[in-house]
Amino acid sequence: MSLLDKHLAYSQAYGRIRALGADPFSVRFDAVVSPTEGVTNGRRVILLGTNNYLGLTFDPECIEESARAVREQGTGTTGSRIANGSFSGHAALEQALASFYGRKNAMVFSTGYQANLGVMSTLVGRDDHLILDADSHASIYDGARLSQAEVIRFRHNDPEDLYKRLKRLKDKPGQKLIVVEGIYSMLGDTAPLKEICAVKREMDAYLLVDEAHSMGVLGPTGRGLAEAAGVEADVDFIVGTFSKSLGAVGGFCVSDVPDFDVMRVVCRPYMFTASLPPAVIASTLTALRRLQEEPALRQRLNANATRLYEGLSALGFHTGPQIGPIVAVAMPDQACAVAFWNTLLARGVYLNLALPPATPDSRPLLRSSISAAHTPEQIDTVIGLFAEIGREFGVIGDEASQRAAG
Amino acid sequence: METVTDLTLREIGRSIEKTLGQKIEISETTNISRDLQIDSLALMNVVMELEDVFDLSIPLDRLAVVETAGDLSSLIKELRTKG
Repeated sequence: MSLLDKHLAYSQAYGRIRALGADPFSVRFDAVVSPTEGVTNGRRVILLGTNNYLGLTFDPECIEESARAVREQGTGTTGSRIANGSFSGHAALEQALASFYGRKNAMVFSTGYQANLGVMSTLVGRDDHLILDADSHASIYDGARLSQAEVIRFRHNDPEDLYKRLKRLKDKPGQKLIVVEGIYSMLGDTAPLKEICAVKREMDAYLLVDEAHSMGVLGPTGRGLAEAAGVEADVDFIVGTFSKSLGAVGGFCVSDVPDFDVMRVVCRPYMFTASLPPAVIASTLTALRRLQEEPALRQRLNANATRLYEGLSALGFHTGPQIGPIVAVAMPDQACAVAFWNTLLARGVYLNLALPPATPDSRPLLRSSISAAHTPEQIDTVIGLFAEIGREFGVIGDEASQRAAG
Repeated sequence: METVTDLTLREIGRSIEKTLGQKIEISETTNISRDLQIDSLALMNVVMELEDVFDLSIPLDRLAVVETAGDLSSLIKELRTKG
């Protein structure tokens, strides 16, 4: 009898997946040689599942600034900002984020996960209401639990459903905070933000948008979906991460809400964890500047995304609802998904295997995330391998059309 | 399906069938996760259906005490009376 016996069902399911080949949830890279290439099991693979949207992890300026910071300021802060104080870089990064988003305030967290935990648990409490998109990321659900607010889900990307659910809460006391994501991490679809903002205004609620996957990707200057949809004035809080487009680790929140700084003494996931080390702050600051200086990165990313999405769709794969930096291919069942994933890895492509319940509609997915650093040749190699394995497994081609028809 | 006289329980059964896409047997004592293999995510989807059926809000934190179909039925009745 072990304390972990309660997870027996998961442990058995995990064992069955590992028995089929490599472990999809702990692939070990012997080396990562560029934003788009790694070595695993002695074999070079194209990295197509690392959310490295702008490919800045090996940017020479980011590396140089990061190395300088570690030499000048040491390896870590060894504690939280309320206890050990802030380094100049923490404040500089917060100013840079506030200015990038055109907001009065910004706050930096040690991870994106903690940013959601911190912001949600501080903004709403026991008598308030959180209204979440049903497909929200785990960090949003966990933040909701920590907040102790009453949590209601609305149907994914459905503003009318959101309206209906808010209407039911109309006469209840307490504040209402709607939470949506710019780009959803599994299928890569964007939120209908304009319509959601209209509902928000009519129902007198607040709105938080998690731009984790859309920062640096969407909008004329890369601020994300709110900028792309032209509704930034309606978004009260933007949360994001440094671990995707900015190539490091960490999270943030920006807002114009008055008295924002009280968060620094009440927000537990900010207060009771070590602050980001100087090297991470320095590379993030530089990456934020690079994002603004070089819109060509975003254009290359979008061109690559279109190439992969259209290539896979043309082959007959079931891709997500829209073109974007996340391209998900639905697999007929879990066994096929696991085998397909293993074969891709063995032939030189690493991407993410996503299994229910982490996926919408209980479908197993092969999830790609595209980078501005991918070359068109790498994208074509990936499409070629998908075609080859797809035919071998009968996921595309005559067999698949017969199965679909039958 | 056995005869279910409790209307709330009947609606719970219907919502579960709609979510799972299959016929199920249900009674007051049916254990939602063990007997019906409904995980936490599927249960949240069932709840979303039930919110529409009864036109009420069922906050997720209230599900912590729900183990059986009877528990869910009592929760809905309580929320309906509370208005």
